[in-house]
Amino acid sequence: MKDENLFNALIELADDHSILCHRLGEWCGHAPILEEDLALTNMALDLIGTARNLYTYAAEIEGRGRSEDDLAYLRNERQFRNLLMVERPNGDFAHTMLRQLFFAAFMEPYWQAALESRDETLRGIAGKAVKEMGYHIRHAGEWVIRLGDGTEESAQRMQAAMEALHIYVDELFHSSPAAEAAALAGLLPERGALRTAWLENITPILAEARLELPEAPNPQIGGRAGLHGEDLGHILCEMQYLQRSHPGATW
Amino acid sequence: MKEETPLWEVFIRPRNGLAHRHVGSVHAADAVLALDAARDVYTRRGEGNSIWVVPSAAITASDPAHADETFDPTADKIYRHPTFYDIPEDVGHM
Repeated sequence: MKDENLFNALIELADDHSILCHRLGEWCGHAPILEEDLALTNMALDLIGTARNLYTYAAEIEGRGRSEDDLAYLRNERQFRNLLMVERPNGDFAHTMLRQLFFAAFMEPYWQAALESRDETLRGIAGKAVKEMGYHIRHAGEWVIRLGDGTEESAQRMQAAMEALHIYVDELFHSSPAAEAAALAGLLPERGALRTAWLENITPILAEARLELPEAPNPQIGGRAGLHGEDLGHILCEMQYLQRSHPGATW
Repeated sequence: MKEETPLWEVFIRPRNGLAHRHVGSVHAADAVLALDAARDVYTRRGEGNSIWVVPSAAITASDPAHADETFDPTADKIYRHPTFYDIPEDVGHM
């Protein structure tokens, strides 16, 4: 393998995107209005596009002939390295939109910083993804504002989403040893350095939404070590079913 | 549902220099969300570079019941179509 740290760091990022994509895809056909059904699946398509680029590049770095599909569909739960936040269930619209805002508000400055990467492929991936994340912040942010500062019920639901999800925020800023090494090599951004930028994205939205980010003295972490909640297993059951039942099936 | 998410008419400009054209409508709670919805529903395949949304309620339409008196009087005024004029060749395409 050319660079095992970069491979592992890319898998972490790719897993974040593909698992969150799957979650958004679960809304397909279930959103309250057609417009939002399309908006959520549009965002899911942005995420799968980035995930594919990252898996493909990881497979290339690995150099063992695995494909993007092998990496997405033929790894087990403990081998997935996604953030715990992205595997959280969709819940209601408040949960889905707040989770999307938290994630996009991190990935937008992340890809912005990745535009300075020493790696040309990563600069390319970042250039496309940074614009998409800008839109995800805007769209999810508008919903967070309207639900947070909406009716009594919507405000309650938004508050419940905040209480449920804020414990997963800290993991955004943690780096695995692999990600740390990739950052030191100037290939990927240093995650811990992005807290200020994340807050700058989040703070005005939360203020308008009349929400506060609670302290999280015991944040939930473990995704990067493959320590997931029960939910990821259920996602993979559905996501990997076809390739597991019909190995090598193609369109 | 209808009250919370009224109808908005969507206009898209395909390219700079062209006019915005009506492409359809979306339901949305307010103007900002209507713009997002229009983007997500009508520009998925690179259809444009500018979007307008207008509350459907703001549009005053001609009454189909009055179509005869509104439109028929123009039917026999063919002299309004400038098809009788000889255009000098030098002018080229008009």
